Amino acid sequence: MMRAGRFRYVVAKSAAEAAQALADGGGKAMLLAGGTDLVPNMKRRQQMPEIVVSLRQVAELREVAMNGETAIGAGVTLADVVRDPRLRQHGALFRAVAQVATPLIRNTATLGGNLCLDTRCNYYDQNYEWRRAIDFCKKAPGPEAVAIDAVADDGDGTCWVAPSSARCWAVSSTDSAPALIALGARVTLLSSRDGAREIPLEALFHDDGMHYMTKRADEVLTRVRVPHDGVRSTYWKLRRRGAFDFPALGVAAAVRFGTAGVVEHARVVLGAVASKPLLLPESSLLVGRALTDDAIAEFVDATARWAKPLDNTDFLMTWRKQVSKLFLGGVLRELRGDDVQTFPLLARRAATLRNPVW
Amino acid sequence: MSGHRVVGKPRRRVDGRAKVTGQTRFADDLQFPRMLHCKLLRSPHPHARILNVDTTRAERAPGVHLVLTGKDFPVTFGILPVSMDEEPICREKVRMAGDPVAAVIAATEEEAAAACELIDVEYEPLKTIADPLEALATDEPRIHDHGDHGNVHKKIALEFGDVDASLAGADRVFDDTFFYEGNTHLALEQHAAVALLDPDGRLTLHSSTQVPHYVHRQVARALELPAHKLRVVAAPNGGGFGGKTDVFNHEVVVAKAAMLTGRPVRICLTREEVFLCHRGRHPVLMRLRTGVKHDGTIVAMDLETLLDGGAYGSYGVASTFYTGQLQTVTYHVPRYRFRGCRTFTNKPPCGPKRGHGTPQPRFGQEVQLDKIAVALGLDPAGLRLQQLEKPGTLTANYMRLGTIALRQCIEKVVEGSGWHDKWQKLRDGRGLGLACSSYLCGAGLPIYWNDLPHSGVQLKLDRSGLVTLFCGATEVGQGSDDVLAGIVAEVLGVAPQEIKLLTGDTDLTPVDLGSYSSRVTLMAGNAAIQAAERAKAIVAAGVSAKLGIPEDRLVFAEGRVFDAEDPEQGLSFQDAVIVAEGKHGIIGTTGSYRPAVSAAKYKGGGVGPSPSYSYSASVVEVEVDRTSGWIEVKKVWIAHDIGIALNPVLARGQVEGSVYMALGEALMEESAMRRLPARLSSALVHKFPSMLEYKSPTTMEMPPVETYLVEEPEPNGPFGAKEVGQGPLLPIMPALANAIFDAVGVRIDEIPITPDKVFKALREQAQGRTPRVGPASFPAIDWGEISIVPPPWEGGDGRAINEKPRKSKVVESGVRLAPDSPGANVSDGVKR
Amino acid sequence: MRRSPTNNARIALTVNGETKELLFAPNKTLLEVLREDLGLTGTKHGCELGECGACAVLLNGRPVLSCLVLALECDGRQVETIEGLADDARLHPLQEAFADCGAAQCGYCTPGFLVTAKALLDERPNATRGEITEALSGNLCRCTGYIQIFEAVEEAAAKMGAKESK
Ligand SMILES: Cc1cc2nc3c(=O)[nH]c(=O)nc-3n(C[C@H](O)[C@H](O)[C@H](O)COP(=O)(O)OP(=O)(O)OC[C@H]3O[C@@H](n4cnc5c(N)ncnc54)[C@H](O)[C@@H]3O)c2cc1C
Ligand code: SF4
Ligand code: FES
Ligand code: FES
Repeated sequence: MMRAGRFRYVVAKSAAEAAQALADGGGKAMLLAGGTDLVPNMKRRQQMPEIVVSLRQVAELREVAMNGETAIGAGVTLADVVRDPRLRQHGALFRAVAQVATPLIRNTATLGGNLCLDTRCNYYDQNYEWRRAIDFCKKAPGPEAVAIDAVADDGDGTCWVAPSSARCWAVSSTDSAPALIALGARVTLLSSRDGAREIPLEALFHDDGMHYMTKRADEVLTRVRVPHDGVRSTYWKLRRRGAFDFPALGVAAAVRFGTAGVVEHARVVLGAVASKPLLLPESSLLVGRALTDDAIAEFVDATARWAKPLDNTDFLMTWRKQVSKLFLGGVLRELRGDDVQTFPLLARRAATLRNPVW
Repeated sequence: MSGHRVVGKPRRRVDGRAKVTGQTRFADDLQFPRMLHCKLLRSPHPHARILNVDTTRAERAPGVHLVLTGKDFPVTFGILPVSMDEEPICREKVRMAGDPVAAVIAATEEEAAAACELIDVEYEPLKTIADPLEALATDEPRIHDHGDHGNVHKKIALEFGDVDASLAGADRVFDDTFFYEGNTHLALEQHAAVALLDPDGRLTLHSSTQVPHYVHRQVARALELPAHKLRVVAAPNGGGFGGKTDVFNHEVVVAKAAMLTGRPVRICLTREEVFLCHRGRHPVLMRLRTGVKHDGTIVAMDLETLLDGGAYGSYGVASTFYTGQLQTVTYHVPRYRFRGCRTFTNKPPCGPKRGHGTPQPRFGQEVQLDKIAVALGLDPAGLRLQQLEKPGTLTANYMRLGTIALRQCIEKVVEGSGWHDKWQKLRDGRGLGLACSSYLCGAGLPIYWNDLPHSGVQLKLDRSGLVTLFCGATEVGQGSDDVLAGIVAEVLGVAPQEIKLLTGDTDLTPVDLGSYSSRVTLMAGNAAIQAAERAKAIVAAGVSAKLGIPEDRLVFAEGRVFDAEDPEQGLSFQDAVIVAEGKHGIIGTTGSYRPAVSAAKYKGGGVGPSPSYSYSASVVEVEVDRTSGWIEVKKVWIAHDIGIALNPVLARGQVEGSVYMALGEALMEESAMRRLPARLSSALVHKFPSMLEYKSPTTMEMPPVETYLVEEPEPNGPFGAKEVGQGPLLPIMPALANAIFDAVGVRIDEIPITPDKVFKALREQAQGRTPRVGPASFPAIDWGEISIVPPPWEGGDGRAINEKPRKSKVVESGVRLAPDSPGANVSDGVKR
Repeated sequence: MRRSPTNNARIALTVNGETKELLFAPNKTLLEVLREDLGLTGTKHGCELGECGACAVLLNGRPVLSCLVLALECDGRQVETIEGLADDARLHPLQEAFADCGAAQCGYCTPGFLVTAKALLDERPNATRGEITEALSGNLCRCTGYIQIFEAVEEAAAKMGAKESK
């Protein structure tokens, strides 16, 4: 039986209490939401917080409010996102969340936990014994793996994915983040030191496999706000199986169309190809013109450089790169209204809406 | 089947209730007072000498009761007498990352794990060998000091007729190389074992094993215990698929620990450790040359196989033979040459997985037949139908075949799938593929040589009316308990649920060799019939005497024994037993089964013979995406020649489960290993020993399956039954590969068939190159002297004409199980 | 191994309708407490990392993975396991159907499938094949190929529906 190490367990009754507990923990405390990322990581000894701060009783984090915008508490479970009919209008969010892990996991996993999900790598998401057999790597440099942000320094260990590299290339594997970034979401971070601050979601992430978030260790993510700005959005996920698997590629797009199909606003985001979700700057090239085949082809060519998958997830990296082009074009075709049933098999599967119970 | 009341009728399996209430007690569900917990410390090095193991700190750690090292285990063990090369805990060196170097037994599992980290081990790393080509090229260091030479474990060379002459005379010769990547069983239950001393001081080992009898022999050997001092109880297995047919180091370790501590000692492996135990499908590189006439008739076949055996012998010698021995049992092959080679590498050992050694060459053979059909402009179904082997044939390599309903199987799937309207006729991107296969109904020989029954059943009938059945067979999910109960119920005319079963317990049940090689239905089934018929005769004699009805007029049915001519006249089954017990005394009967002697007298002829062979045919329909190479299986049609289905619900479940497992292997499962850049590290680790990254199909991947159970009773089978647990897996992988060719015109001569490979082949196709992904070549191997065995139709008698006369057999007495010494006696008839 | 000197935790755990006061180490998951402290070994484990579904139980009626839920997090919540599925000696229609349809071969995945299917039918009594497939996609089975499992859920749903409409 894989077992978590020992820790001290603290139950927070409010977000402020949780923030205080993190501050008191001085980098040795971690938040526990659904635990579907943290608990396996503790069992594999990738993360070994000395203090675990439970968010279970923080009711304020579990609220969903709609007034001119959508506000979702960080503690809302993914299953509740899936079942809430009001959230369906955010197509990309629904599709992303409905494809996270498995129904059983979505019943406990939270949106906040999904956004803060640890980055992933085939050399890192392994048992302690396995990692010892490869003499560990940068991201978890030794027996004393610790809580996020408290990782000692960047010098130790080899990155087995890119041995000559000074950084860690672990992959941002959250499904909801690319979707929410495309939707223009903003997140609120609360700390006992500075109170609340709100940032655009894309600013939450760093392109670094170890320090993958700009959020400080003492900050609690409390809320996600999504504007109601008339966009149409979608999310395509590449994975080996129809359940369980993390994205080997995720592409989210949100587009607002004006008259005659002219694009007024567009955000396209690539997930699972770097240590953070990539909001493609070329999205702006789409604005002011219709999504013609030519416009889409130009966009795909212009953005191809972003997808630089490495050999640390499922699937051959060169093939993932190929699929990223198919998906980048595909999401735009879907949004301009093409009949997805006419798409080639893989695109058709990616575009077909699934409708899980949880 | 006419007249049967139980056999052939769909019904709830006898252990169904236990399984749906959570009451089935798997090995890790056993809890005993004062139970201690064991953890093994495993080597991080793939190949290293152990210089020192210092356990002092661990011994002083909280909760620790005992620390064991290799010094505590002087005796090796192994499943085959020819390769007793495993150690409960390694003594001088480790041969793979994951080999145990110490064991801690503590009050809790947490404490045992913590103490493991306090053990200091000094290693001296050795050069590692990661694949068969390296093994062939590296004589030193040797991973083992047994085997043919260097790091070659076993070489086989057999020739049945002058193959070169036939190939030279053939109209066309097709020459292909294939590769089949290794994969693993991934039974949902992780291996667990608990050992304890029973009240009279004897050692009992409960384990999730498919082979309690072999575990009994080997644990007794490794602990130097007289066999009668050890009891092995097989818990119901949470899935086996061959992964629990070996004897494992952890079983020996907890047994020893229980002896030393006097307390129950439990171990349950983590999922990663299960990946390290492995014994899964061997990675096999193959070259197959087949000569045919213009009409597609096979004139000769020449097969070479190269197996990556991993770090231990395991069943490897048998596995190697299996990569060649069943190539002759489906289509008529007049001349055949088979050369196989297994190498040692520093990786988890391979062994038997569903289909043991045969899916790999079957894949090659059936894909090549498809290529032959396409090249010669023939229908793949017709090509096969025109040269099916005939029932009762003795094949070129001396396999005696029984009934063969493969023709009907092919006809079923051809008709069901609309083959003639669809093959080569669907739009681009859609395609159909067909393939056939065959499998054993039990190995003809046990893995150690003896003259004893392979299976035994005892029955006890008493005045309560209860029938109790004792058999060494093991329930691994396949329904062996149900088969036994169903058979006895049929004979005695009672309901299967009224039969109490006691199985897989070496103290209480007669020996059955185990749940492997699809042997239980046929062998234990026949033993059960014999025991039941004997019990029936005793009861009939009693009833006849009491009621004055001739015995041959008595019918046993519906819980009664009555006169066929006047059904009112009779007794309830219970009363009948009471009457018989009064006349006969206490009623107990036995039945045993031993297969007939094989016609294959040549060295190695012990692998392959079986009392009967099952046959399967399948059509798979796919959609393939030209833009990405993505593959979706639309539907599978599968027909299986089952003899008769004892319980059609279970039979269908075995077929569908086989299709499922086959699709996993065909499309995504891989026991891939990872070596780090040599200049930085000598690590050689399993690439992804987890259920998340070892991709096993979920509900979302399962296509609709149309199953046809083709029933043509097999005289050697109980009520005519054949196996169904393994055979239906075999045709799926080649049928899928053939379907992909039909859909987009590319050949993937490699398993698994992943979208990137299809995409690559499509690229080749677009650029006008050979649209194929697969191995480029097969290495030149010095096969040494080949055994020449003329086929039956060329005057052969089953012996090699150039083989030296053999030493006399080592026969074991049935009473005391003498410890095996390496090479002393026989494995699967390999060394005699 | 570094172990913070953390005391055992005492909570009241309600399993299958019965509340028990339990004392256990705080790092234990619900799976460990069910199997090791309560002896409820009907709940199985195949990975302990959320990757197989064998350990599924109902938590306040929702199917969750007991290997990922800390037992401490279940304070004050309702846990239902395979042992609580039958109504006294009467099996749940899903149990009957699983036994009859061949949906349990080795039976090791079965408890997880049964509780998940129960939650599904409680919420969608007329679940379609597509919904069943999707809802059970977090439960791996290596034996059956799933088809007989789907059929069993459908048979149970039909029986439960028939009973309801009477
Ligand atoms: C088998 C398996 C498959 C999976 N597949 C996917 C997948 O396909 N896609 C995917 O995106 N994820 C997947 N996951 C990961 C995980 O289940 C989800 O990301 C989930 O949403 C995490 O949420 P949680 O509430 O369980 O997080 P937790 O495990 O509780 O927390 C995750 C991290 O976030 C931090 N955290 C949690 N809440 C907050 C907060 N409010 N403020 C600040 N920090 C916080 C925690 O401290 C921790 O570091 C999978 C997991 C498993 C085990
Ligand atoms: S990318 Fe490199 S450093 Fe980061 S987790 Fe993977 S191997 Fe370790
Ligand atoms: S034990 Fe595998 S998901 Fe919990
Ligand atoms: S019945 Fe064996 S794993 Fe499902």
